Amino acid sequence: MRVGVVTFPGSLDDVDACRAIRLAGGDDVPLWHGDESLRDVDAVVLPGGFSYGDYLRCGAIARFAPVMNAVVAAAQSGLPVLGICNGFQILCESLLLPGALIRNDSRRFVCRDQRVRIERASTAWTAQYTAGEEVTLVLKNGEGGYVANSSTLEELEREGQVVARYLGPNPNGSMHEIAGICNGRGNVVGLMPHPEHAADDLCGAGTDGFRFFTSVLHAALSA
Amino acid sequence: MTRVVVDVMPKRDLLDPQGKAVLGALPRLGFECVRDVRQGKRFELEVDGDVTEDRLAEVRRAAETLLSKPVIEDYTVRVEPE
Amino acid sequence: MERLTDRRIPRELPPQSIAFRSDDAADAVTTRLRPDTVDEAARTPDFPQPWADLGLKPDEYAQLGEVLGRRPTAAELAMYSVMWSEHCSYKSSKVDLRRFAETMTDTMRKSLLVGIGENAGVVDVGHGYAVTFKIESHNHPTYVEPYQGAATGIGGIVRDILSMGARPVAVLDALRFGPLDAADTHRVAPAAVAGIGGYGNCLGLPNIGGEVVFDSSYAGNPLVNALCVGVLRHEQLHLAQASGDGNRVILYGARTGGDGIGGVSVLASETFDERGPTKRPSVQVGDPFMEKLLIECTLQLFAEGLVSGIQDLGGAGLSCATAELASAGDGGMHIDLELVPLRDPTLSPEEILMSESQERMMAIVEPQNVERFLNICQRWDVDATVIGEVTDRGRLVVDWHGETIVDVPPHSVADEAPICQRPFARPTEQSSLQADSADRLPRPGTGSELRATLLRLAASPNLCDKSWVTDQYDRYVRGNTVLAQPEDAGLIRVDEQSGLGVAVATDCNARFVRLDPYAGAQLALAEAYRNVATTGARPIAVTDCLNFGSPENPAVMWQFAEAVRGLAEGCRELGIPVTGGNVSFYNSTGNSAILPTPVIGVLGVIDDVRRRTPLGFAAAQRAIYLLGQTLDELSGSEWASVVHGHLGGLPPRTDLDAERRLAEVLVGGGREGLLESAHDLSDGGLGQALVEACLRCDVGARIDLPAAQDAFVALFSESAARAIVSLRPENEERLAALCQDSGVPFTKLGETAGRGASAALEVGGQFATPLAELRAVWSPTLPAAFDT
Repeated sequence: MRVGVVTFPGSLDDVDACRAIRLAGGDDVPLWHGDESLRDVDAVVLPGGFSYGDYLRCGAIARFAPVMNAVVAAAQSGLPVLGICNGFQILCESLLLPGALIRNDSRRFVCRDQRVRIERASTAWTAQYTAGEEVTLVLKNGEGGYVANSSTLEELEREGQVVARYLGPNPNGSMHEIAGICNGRGNVVGLMPHPEHAADDLCGAGTDGFRFFTSVLHAALSA
Repeated sequence: MTRVVVDVMPKRDLLDPQGKAVLGALPRLGFECVRDVRQGKRFELEVDGDVTEDRLAEVRRAAETLLSKPVIEDYTVRVEPE
Repeated sequence: MERLTDRRIPRELPPQSIAFRSDDAADAVTTRLRPDTVDEAARTPDFPQPWADLGLKPDEYAQLGEVLGRRPTAAELAMYSVMWSEHCSYKSSKVDLRRFAETMTDTMRKSLLVGIGENAGVVDVGHGYAVTFKIESHNHPTYVEPYQGAATGIGGIVRDILSMGARPVAVLDALRFGPLDAADTHRVAPAAVAGIGGYGNCLGLPNIGGEVVFDSSYAGNPLVNALCVGVLRHEQLHLAQASGDGNRVILYGARTGGDGIGGVSVLASETFDERGPTKRPSVQVGDPFMEKLLIECTLQLFAEGLVSGIQDLGGAGLSCATAELASAGDGGMHIDLELVPLRDPTLSPEEILMSESQERMMAIVEPQNVERFLNICQRWDVDATVIGEVTDRGRLVVDWHGETIVDVPPHSVADEAPICQRPFARPTEQSSLQADSADRLPRPGTGSELRATLLRLAASPNLCDKSWVTDQYDRYVRGNTVLAQPEDAGLIRVDEQSGLGVAVATDCNARFVRLDPYAGAQLALAEAYRNVATTGARPIAVTDCLNFGSPENPAVMWQFAEAVRGLAEGCRELGIPVTGGNVSFYNSTGNSAILPTPVIGVLGVIDDVRRRTPLGFAAAQRAIYLLGQTLDELSGSEWASVVHGHLGGLPPRTDLDAERRLAEVLVGGGREGLLESAHDLSDGGLGQALVEACLRCDVGARIDLPAAQDAFVALFSESAARAIVSLRPENEERLAALCQDSGVPFTKLGETAGRGASAALEVGGQFATPLAELRAVWSPTLPAAFDT
């Protein structure tokens, strides 16, 4: 099972995504931002970091990297894609997911172990969770406030596209406490907290995030 | 060379944490008259030759696709006087 | 490009950097449209030069004439003035720093691959891995521009580590600010923290520890000391030297701009207008994204074996890099300065030589590797330019459009700065300070008074919860962080296969150093050593950042000399070498020097990170033991400072042999899997250690203080060489045996209790306090101060 992990200039958590994929039993396949090809992978992770320094808007420049043409096309035909943190921002910039992410309302970077509720288990990346399950992931971002207009928010709620929601005090001002969403089909998931940092008991916040990776491996196997 | 300025501002109805912070700081420094602050970005584009309608249209497309994100931001394009 | 004007440049520039030209001196500099060349200098021996404004002493300027056999050119003058400054040459500290070499034993040398003098020391950690680490100050830039000053401090130390051939894997920062309630602390502290986070987070390095201390002596002079740890395979070790006639000199990374030039503007030769040269900013601006590219690009260059020598560009920019590379090599170097890519085309050659633009590196590359080198840089979107070559002529020559503006022996710039024998004298008031012990201060007696003291200390700025700071730092990135703040030391996994890891802690109780610089420096060393050992790692090496006042003040120089002596002798006794570090002088608020603050970083190695020991009580019904001996030692303590605002007396006794034996128990107990938690006792004593151990995982404790000792002393004394540990009851016997073998006193205090709403810290016969109450005083101090 091959899961691609894209490295943009400024990607940081690509090594962590690769490790989580390996721990889950998959083969991690490095993908380079300048390449057009997805190297026949069965799923793609857009990792966290500060692609292109996040200098214009988070994810705004990465969206135009050559590899994203292939990612967008493959996502539209059903390839599982997970955008984590900066990857979520790139998915919004690419219009694969609605809405946008803006500066935390605290105006500070926040790094902490974050309780979230998995709201939707029927996506390629959350199939091994139960809807309503509460888990701990790692939140670390400066621009994690999810915003969208009211009709988009309504639609996300109505169609069950909210994948994860923050528990406890809202850490960044996200509308509807949204921590992650998916597209209508459920193959493209954007997540602000990092499941790859909750995949190894020794060096992360427990192992609650591990099943994001086993879910996609299982989904790809049975597809 | 002509300078075309693109101003990108957060949409009116959206939270602007940075503008809000500036607004909070102003009265503390004794600037009492300010009612609202929004913080945006200004891009200065040096454009070859004269600015034609076609060129401006091109800049607008750039503003829409890269310089701003329409769901959260508005932009304006203007030619800077010499 | 808009430049900062004079007005915006702070008046309190660090005296060791070059001073600005006064208006009078402006007249002395004649307008020159062409740069001052070597030929010109030979022709015009009496041309007046602003050497005094550049910080040179008359004898130093005279020495320059002797070295060169003529007057220096403007560019040479700029180079020497900065390279011979305190900051670059260590001229005031060199005499004392020799102690580190003098006290080095064969045992200490055993695991040392590279020692003091290189960009950073390198130690062997086994399995073919080596670790390099170093701490460096960025104090003055942080005071001037807190966000960028702190940010570029991270950037600089990371490049030092990178240039050893290592992948940087973690950072720590030791911070000192003015009082929490001072207005300027609110200007400096949040911005400095945001700068460290902004740079480090974007760079992708976990921030795993450090310190935050508030004290009035830092009100006008914050300390930002940044430590970086890097990992390499032995065969990847690189050094800063330019050897091999004909090898190319490549400058790569960011373009050169007017950053951090400051006073060298006095020499600007081409930008004169009627008002004289435009002043350049003394502030450097960092670009962490470029630095990330530089790291990945450089590591690929190393991996492909394309680099024969390398140096980062830091203080004094190209001047320093070219001189040091050439000086460490076997010949000379020739640079064509006009080839340097510029961000600001109006820079004069002198300014280009001195620019401290960030995110730049210089590599020495064999000619046949140049093409591949440039290709790799292109892959990472990093600008790279061949700007010169190594020569066999033993001179550092810099040309500007074909004319020679620098022609000097590289050693004379890099290594032969005049050494100052600064006078030092124990200040007379030291004796009265030491006589004014904390013994005279009224002490709490009843259980409720002790309880109130515990809560007051827990809420005080230096003992309170620091997560307001540390939550702004990414501690998880790269996925190898085993322990991070608020643990006693940061612990990083080096090798996933074997579990090999390294721990690092930084410490300094500057009040102790003020009371007795020799003992205080040893106590700082002992605390960092102990903090590393509590995690289960075996301490193996030391880095230091010696922050002091003006070396021209004999009392400060005495503090410095005593601290270095204490540190060097302490290191010998513990058998761990100082591998590198940094001296920062001229730290003062107004006329008064900061508390002498030699921040000590200790690095330890652990064979298997799965055996690490965290600081928090993890579960109920575990036995709690106090290791070490508690004496009545309250002078210089947090209690004396917080409750009485008192500083006087003698610091706690140092017993480095006891520290070594305690470490044996902590490391051995960790390796055997005996210890579920271990926490060192330092600021705030046993009381504060219990608070922290309970709050970490919200597990309560019920303890009894030793009957033979005064309860106040037992709770708040800051005697060194102590730790508390918790363990399963079935392991108590084995712990006792370990302690007996190592000769470490041990006392059973009690046991851990439940977690949840009813969890409490209970001190038998004295008081009990619910953990919820402890948290309610411990957590809000920093948010309440900074979030308004």
